[in-house]
Formats: sequence, structure tokens, C-alpha cells
Amino acid sequence: MDWFLRGWTALVFLFLYGPVLVLVACSFNASRLNVVWEGFTLDWYQKLLANAPLLRAAKNSLLIATATAILSVLLGTAGAWLLHRYRYRCSQLIRTIVAIPMVMPEILMGISLLILFATIGLKLGFTTVIIGHVTFSFPFVLIAVQVRLHGLDPALEEAALDLGATPLRAFWLVIVPCLKPAIIAGALMAFTLSMDELIVTFFTRSASAETLPVQVYGMARVGLNPMLNALSTLFILATVAFVLFSEYLRKLSR
Amino acid sequence: MPDPVRPMIEIRGVTKRFGAFTAVDDVSLVVRAGEFLTLLGPSGCGKTTLLRLLAGFETPDAGAILLDGEDVTHLPPYRRNVNQVFQSYALFPHLSVRDNVGFGLRMQGVPAAAAAARIRDALAMVSLAEQSGKLPHQLSGGQRQRVALARAVVCRPKVLLLDEPLSALDAKLRHGMQLELKHLQRKLGITFVFVTHDQAEALTMSDRIAVINRGKVEQVGPAAEIYHRPRTPFAADFIGQANLLSATIVGRNGTTARVRAAGGLELTVAAAGLPAGASTALLSVRPEKIHISKHRIEAENVFAARIEEEIFQGATDQLTLVTDQGTRLHALVANESAIQEAFHEGDRVHCGLHPDDLIIVQAE
Ligand SMILES: Nc1ncnc2c1ncn2[C@@H]1O[C@H](COP(=O)(O)OP(=O)(O)O)[C@@H](O)[C@H]1O
Ligand SMILES: [Mg+2]
Repeated sequence: MDWFLRGWTALVFLFLYGPVLVLVACSFNASRLNVVWEGFTLDWYQKLLANAPLLRAAKNSLLIATATAILSVLLGTAGAWLLHRYRYRCSQLIRTIVAIPMVMPEILMGISLLILFATIGLKLGFTTVIIGHVTFSFPFVLIAVQVRLHGLDPALEEAALDLGATPLRAFWLVIVPCLKPAIIAGALMAFTLSMDELIVTFFTRSASAETLPVQVYGMARVGLNPMLNALSTLFILATVAFVLFSEYLRKLSR
Repeated sequence: MPDPVRPMIEIRGVTKRFGAFTAVDDVSLVVRAGEFLTLLGPSGCGKTTLLRLLAGFETPDAGAILLDGEDVTHLPPYRRNVNQVFQSYALFPHLSVRDNVGFGLRMQGVPAAAAAARIRDALAMVSLAEQSGKLPHQLSGGQRQRVALARAVVCRPKVLLLDEPLSALDAKLRHGMQLELKHLQRKLGITFVFVTHDQAEALTMSDRIAVINRGKVEQVGPAAEIYHRPRTPFAADFIGQANLLSATIVGRNGTTARVRAAGGLELTVAAAGLPAGASTALLSVRPEKIHISKHRIEAENVFAARIEEEIFQGATDQLTLVTDQGTRLHALVANESAIQEAFHEGDRVHCGLHPDDLIIVQAE
């Protein structure tokens, strides 16, 4: 039984990380074709760093993802708190409606946003892309915060009010610190979702607000380029660093 | 010491409903400055709701609440000079013990140096000076309870509200904390309103007890008064043990009346508590007020009984008596010495009862 479990685990890991390892290896491969190993090179990285449109797209993506994360945290946290704290006649309905963008096909989201922006005469660009990303990102924050709020002792807020804090100070000084783990998790989720979003961006972008996924997609259509392997490797590195860093922060705060 | 005249809290005809359910039903109650008042009643009787009305977390549907003469009925909690110790303690998990205790002072804008000194004193008062840098989850249950207490009293409130603050502690710790709280209240002179469903706890700690049943105050008074002179069947039954006898009135003679209890036992009672024209009454008899002997007794009410059951309880013996007329009574006798006359199951005994110990708790 033991060897079977071990073998199974090894297979799962191979399945999950095999392609990634191949990709990382190929980013250092001198051959343009991924299948043959022709020697170690850093050429692809050099080419990547010299590719101005790709770099601009990366900068745009980081900017859009950061804005999306911040706006999603503000909207999601405030929404979760209001839904938790006050009973509205249609609270349940609001909860359902808020969750819809999470499961709605992205192509529908993209088209409907495009129609909306055209109707109200909003010019496509950074603003429209960010609005699009926030629409499907903030429910993740809202739900993470809602779960956390559900487990919170309702007496905490009352204790703060009892000790002389106005509702706003009680929220800021007691509730928000208690929600911090959920807010951080939600922000990371929103950032990640925005970072690799393709379809909604496609409909809401303008030429000046090109994001990394859109740029990469355009390049990949022309033909596989080992430069993309290099880009992916950098991304994997950033992700791992990100995870390690947030893990470190979590340990620190404990 | 409680001030016998100055009211600190006046609750005037307060009613609170949740939908169709009335949780607090036309309650009027005065809490005197400096006293330790306990709200005592079974779970669900509305104690917490009444406390929340005092703290400002709920607004009454009718009536008014005065705090030290000022109408606070519609004042939010953060504008009332009262503080609460919560049942769950509600310590802020992200703040150290020191910052938890200092939270109220920070809200009041007390300068840092003065606040630090008051925090230090408050923590010393509850013997937690060494723990001031710790986070709440690093403390034991008893320590958290003390932090919650220090956090509330450091604000020097006019009234401290405590909602079953000891219920989460184990029995031994609880008893120690009961005495400690009572001494602390004496020392600080702050008015305490304490909620519990535990009658022994109420008897231990309170200057006065308000017995609450189904959202109504049944009786308010010092523990001894409620114990010896209960005014309702509920008060008699909820505090201590009581024999409740339903009886018909068979005659009156000036200051006394004759009643016949169910089963046929005839007794003389003081007529003072009996309204004119009443034909039936409910009587309360405390078990230890029944005198029991193997020999004849000189008393106003005497009757013979058989011991149906005897339970040895150390300091006392609990007896179940059945009178010759068939009335069943619980009695408590002190085990004063090993050589005194001992009672056993099946023994025939003589019983005596003073008319003043037969309390009329209901009459119609
Ligand atoms: N917010 C509320 N909504 C509806 N019912 C409530 C609410 N708060 C209390 N109640 C009801 O009021 C009654 C009294 O509750 P409570 O004051 O907590 O009793 P106690 O503290 O004496 O156990 C209970 O039956 C409870 O279910
Ligand atoms: Mg309660």
C-alpha cells in the first residue's frame, strides 16, 4: 500500500509540474524548436528584455492588476460589511447577484461591458479595462471577507462601541484588523485574476492599454517563440517569490 | 457602600419586543448608586436584553432609561458612561493585553502618560501586570476574564454591566472570582448590574436581587428578603428550595387564618399577606423551617409524618416527609453532632411549623 501511495503521489506531481519543468528547461535551450536540446543559452531572456511592446504590456498589466486589487478590496470589504451588519429586505438577492460575475462566461461579460461602455460613451482604455476586471474580481474579496465576518464574535464590535468608539472607528480599529487575513487573500486573488485575464480585456482594451496576456496571445498566434518560455519562467519565479513572501508575512504576524 | 437614596439607573416602564415576542415586558426598576444589583432568572427570560438596553445596543419600544438623572434612552452606546463585561469577553484578538485595556482611554483621548499609568493600575488590580505584553489567545480563561474586567473599569464608568461573566470558568475558579468581584465592587464603589441564571451566585454576590421571569421583574430586594419573604411562586421556587402547597382558606381569626392544604393538612398562617375575600392560596415553606423531632413538639402548627426518604448530605440531611393526611414535604435538618437523634427512612416523626414561616405567595 505504501509504495502504491508514494507512486501515486509522484505521478500527481509529475502531472502537475512536468510541463512547467519542460517549459523552464526550454527557456534555456539554444534551439528554436522545443523538442531538441542544443545547449544552454540566455539569448531568449536578452531578447525578451529588449522587446519594448512586451515590456510595456507587462507594465500595463501590473498597473491594472494593482488598481483592480485595491478597488476590489475597497468594494468587496465594504459590501461584505454592509451585507453582514445591516439586514436589507433583499440581502439574499444581493448576495446572489454579486456572485454571478464569478461564474458568468467571460465572453458574455466582455460583450456586455463593451455594449455598456459604448452606450454611455466611455472611451476604451485603462479605465474600462480596470472596471471590467473589478467586476469579476471583487466578488472574490466579498466572499472571503463574508466568510471571515461570519466567524467573528459579534460582541467585538459592540465592545468597541461600548468603550467609546464611533461605528466608523470600531470598524477601522477592530473589524478591519480582524479581517486582515481575508482581505489579503482576496487582494491576492483579485491581483492574480486580473494579471492573467484575456477575454474581458480583449473587449475592453484600447491599443494603448494592451495587457501582457493579450500581447502574448498575439505573439503565440504567429508561432511559438522561446521568448515566451523565458517570460513564463520569470512569471513562475515571481509567483513562487510571492507565495513565499506572503507565507513569511503570515508567520511574522503570528 | 450603596447610597440608599440616590438612584443611578431608573428604568421606567421599559418594553422591548422582537417581532411578536416580548423579551422585556413593562419593566420598572431602580438601581441605587454604588450597589451590586443582580438580574436573576432562567435562560431566555430577558436578562441579556435588559442589559443591552442599558448599554445602548437595543432601543426600547416603550419606556425610558435614566442614567444618573439623565435620559439616555436614545443615546448610542459610545455616548453612555457605562461599560460592559461581555459573556464571551470580546477581547480584541489583534491587540496586546495593554492595548486592550487602553482602548477605552484611547477613544476618550486620555493623554498617553496618564493612560499608561491608569492601564498599569488596572492591570495591577486584577494581578495581570506581568502579562501586559501578551495577546489574548496566550492567556488562560480566567486571565482573559480579568482583562475584560480591567478594560471596562479602567474607563471609570458610572455603571458596570456584567453579562454572566463567570459562566465560562470552572466551578472552583468561579467561586474565587465571585468573591473577588464583590470585593472589587466594594473597593471601587462603582454601581454593578450583574446578570446570572445561577441563584447561588446571586445570593453570594448581590446587595439586591431582581428576580426576572418571562420579561417581567417578579421581585426586587436583598437576598435574605427574597429568600425569607418571596412574593411570587416563581421567586420562592427559583431561589433556594421551596415546598409549594396549594390550600383553601377555611377560616379567619384576626391576625391569623386557617388553611387546608391539598391532602388535608390544616395549618395556621399569618393573615397579613392574605387579601380580604381570598378563598385559595399558594403557600411556600422552606425545607429547613420545618422542625422535626421524635418527641412531641410545642408549636402553633404540629402534625405527624413518616420519613419516606433520607439523603445524607454531609452538613445536612434531606428528608422527604409524608404527613398522615398524605401531604408530601421536603425538609432539611442540620447534622449537628454524631450523637444527636438520627432520622431513618420509615421513622415516624413529629413536625412543627411557625405561622410566619408559611409564606403566602399567591391568593385568589
Ligand atoms: N435580536 C433578537 N431577535 C429575536 N429574538 C431575540 C433577540 N434577542 C433576544 N431574543 C429573544 O428574547 C428572549 C430573551 O433573550 P435574552 O435576553 O438573551 O435572555 P437571557 O439573557 O435571560 O437568557 C429569548 O427568547 C431570545 O430568543
Ligand atoms: Mg443571556
